[in-house]
Amino acid sequence: MTEDAARSEAPALEMRGITKRYPGVVANDHIDLDLRRGEIHALLGENGAGKTTLMNVLYGLARPDEGTILMDGKQIQIAGPSDAIARGISMVHQHFMLVPVLSVAENVILGAETMSNAVFVDRHEASRRIGALAERFGFDLNPDAKVGSLSVGQQQRVEILKALYRDARVLVLDEPTAVLTPNETEEIFGLLRRLAGDGRSIVFISHKLYEVLEVADRITIIRRGRVIGERRPSETTEEELAELMVGREVELTVDRGESHVAGPVLVVEGLRVADDRHHEVVPGATFEIRAGEILGVAGVAGNGQDELVQALIGLRRSTGGKVTLAGRDVTGFSPRRMNEAGVGYVPGDRQRFGLILAFPVYDNLILTSYYRPPFAHGLIRNDSAILESAAVQIERFDIRTPSARASSSTLSGGNQQKVVVAREFDRELKLLILDQPTRGLDVGSIEFIHRQIIAKRDAGTAVLLVSAELDEVMEMSDRIAVMYRGRIVAELDGRTADKSEVGLLMATGGHEQATTQEEVRA
Amino acid sequence: MNGIPQALDALPILGVIFQLLGYTLANLSYMSQTTVAVAVPITLAALCGVMCERSGVVNIGLEGIMLTAAFVGWIVGAAAVGLLGEGTPLPFFGVTLPLMIGLAAAIVAGMVVSLLHAWLAISLRIDQIISGTIINIGAAGITGYVYSLIASQSPVGAGQFAEYQVPKGVADLPLVGWLINAVLSQGPIGLTTIVIVIILQIMLFRSRWGLRTRASGEHPRAAETVGIDVIRLRYRNVVLSGALAALGGAWLTMEHTNKFDANMTAGRGFIGLAAMIVGRWTPLGAFGAALLFASATALSTSLQISPPTGDLGQLMGHVPGEFWEALPYIITIVILAGLIGRSIAPAADGQPYERESAT
Repeated sequence: MTEDAARSEAPALEMRGITKRYPGVVANDHIDLDLRRGEIHALLGENGAGKTTLMNVLYGLARPDEGTILMDGKQIQIAGPSDAIARGISMVHQHFMLVPVLSVAENVILGAETMSNAVFVDRHEASRRIGALAERFGFDLNPDAKVGSLSVGQQQRVEILKALYRDARVLVLDEPTAVLTPNETEEIFGLLRRLAGDGRSIVFISHKLYEVLEVADRITIIRRGRVIGERRPSETTEEELAELMVGREVELTVDRGESHVAGPVLVVEGLRVADDRHHEVVPGATFEIRAGEILGVAGVAGNGQDELVQALIGLRRSTGGKVTLAGRDVTGFSPRRMNEAGVGYVPGDRQRFGLILAFPVYDNLILTSYYRPPFAHGLIRNDSAILESAAVQIERFDIRTPSARASSSTLSGGNQQKVVVAREFDRELKLLILDQPTRGLDVGSIEFIHRQIIAKRDAGTAVLLVSAELDEVMEMSDRIAVMYRGRIVAELDGRTADKSEVGLLMATGGHEQATTQEEVRA
Repeated sequence: MNGIPQALDALPILGVIFQLLGYTLANLSYMSQTTVAVAVPITLAALCGVMCERSGVVNIGLEGIMLTAAFVGWIVGAAAVGLLGEGTPLPFFGVTLPLMIGLAAAIVAGMVVSLLHAWLAISLRIDQIISGTIINIGAAGITGYVYSLIASQSPVGAGQFAEYQVPKGVADLPLVGWLINAVLSQGPIGLTTIVIVIILQIMLFRSRWGLRTRASGEHPRAAETVGIDVIRLRYRNVVLSGALAALGGAWLTMEHTNKFDANMTAGRGFIGLAAMIVGRWTPLGAFGAALLFASATALSTSLQISPPTGDLGQLMGHVPGEFWEALPYIITIVILAGLIGRSIAPAADGQPYERESAT
């Protein structure tokens, strides 16, 4: 039905020759895009390809240097988000634009308040309208709940409610599935189809090939700021899309080969960890990782993974339990002592915890070893040794930087992460702790980092891989541990595990949930 | 077995405590009136802070804004007296024309200084603590210097607003009469403050302006993506709130006294900041905290004016008078230390906002 509508009608929205230049880079180079009524149009491209810039132009968050936007055949000017909203264009941003301390209703009406007079907000009318919308689309949302207390999936629904409340005719979703479990992803796809069925136009931004193939009516592929091609899902394959997106043939799945597992390296027994508000978010984790294997931790973000990793590396004090590394009790070790004991650590947020952005590349490469020879003799640092080692690592880890002295903040995300990887990987390791090692990176960098991880594993390092990207966990892990509300609720074999099974365990905790429901019934 | 002798040992202390209670009760009326009065400038400073910080701008320049407004109000009032004569006070709060000119000048001065802070903090995006410090140091230096130049001429200000006289019938009501009398026996600025507290409380949590202000202080980018002009909103809040701190300054030179002294704000702006934090960035909470801090001042002045007698008096004789003067500040520090970390500031408080759509 949506295809019929798409064929018969003129475009609801057209972007013609959109060009946006930033200093040193052309983010959008004469991009044409048309959007029909009732279609789901996917924008596919790597990170940094210019998808988000293009949508920011449409939403008035960036001003194009050239190009025009037409709506229903008439040229329109969009100077800011309020212009876009007034024309029925809404955007669900990748990082939710929600105020955590405000209620669902307050977030939804913000900027388009329902007023009882010139000054005061009509909260009852707003709640009523939001309740009616939520009911119509089957959202289980309490308008008075604080947004900060909602799950990520629910927050996304609040974002969509914002668009529906403004009666959006064009809805842009920027990487909406990045934070969702497989089940939630299915639900959001159902919702998108329903909205398109209503005659709305949906722009779906993604770099995940199978999602695009599943949900889109048309796919526009963007690479380096240019439109490379347009495809229909029925006429293309994942391999073709990947090649169009990256510009060369890509290996979509990592060949991780056979693992050669030896004795246990990391043994965690009953580790208990509390969060910053002293809530025990990891109420007793027990697991082990053996030499030469990758243990992947799957879980929806916020189920205690962060705290677990921080406790293991010594950034957070555990409240109980024992950690043993190669037979040695390392419970309560500081990060430096863990590092010296042979533990490498790639933190989840490279810009905040992985690097000191203002420092040059060569300083970031020695953040864990600056005090030791050959980089320092007593109090004096040895710059020539540091630069020499940096040159070697830049070469070996393919870090694209103008020079070792360039500020780390000028590097692309992928190259920043390669700096972290070079620092942490480039020595003999017993254990490697990886927290979201490829978050937000382009396909090329992901491929590179995944190969480095496999190489480390094959050299006999035990690897702990925590990732919110279930695909990454499924692809890389020899064993998969599913974390739910701070507990490891299941351990599965990485070769035989089924994705929907893992997704279900992530979302519900599996058996634990089922038994509590049975208890309730009984 | 040891409990009983220990309890007996405690008896003299109990006696002193009872005497303290008795003393407080006897002076309750005076202390209540003083508490409300002393709380006025602290509250106004705190309200200014609430308006700024709820929209995401830290304002530690409250002290400087108050001091500037106090000085400008006083000196413009004095100039107006020189030009227009003193004028006859109206029966209504003893209002005279020079007084009103002085008050208007104070408010304008406060808003101008706030505009400076807004420009430094919002447009130039310099560190807001530094911007506030510039204002504090600048205000203290400039007003102090100009005052020292003209102090030898001993200029006379425009006078002083009069207190509201609570009708005798109301003041004599049983049980509550004294309290009504104590709270309402304030000048026009004091009474206005109480009204502003209530209005701001309602506005912040019920009005469109309040919702947008809170959103801008918590997540300005989210506010911008729904079409709110965060920069303009912050400018407006900072500049308008300057009028509130200015009222606090005017209270010092036109309602509480009729003269100016160098550095006469004496930390009230900073205590106002503390009241804002203790009051969790709400107008009512800030007012409550200001009353708490002010009650310490009221107690200390009461002790100095009419020292207690008996055991209590003897005991207090051992305490140096400076201690009582320092008491309000000590209480501020203790309460703040106990509360810090538990009172949560707006998430984007103090972070300059850079518009995405500007590029």
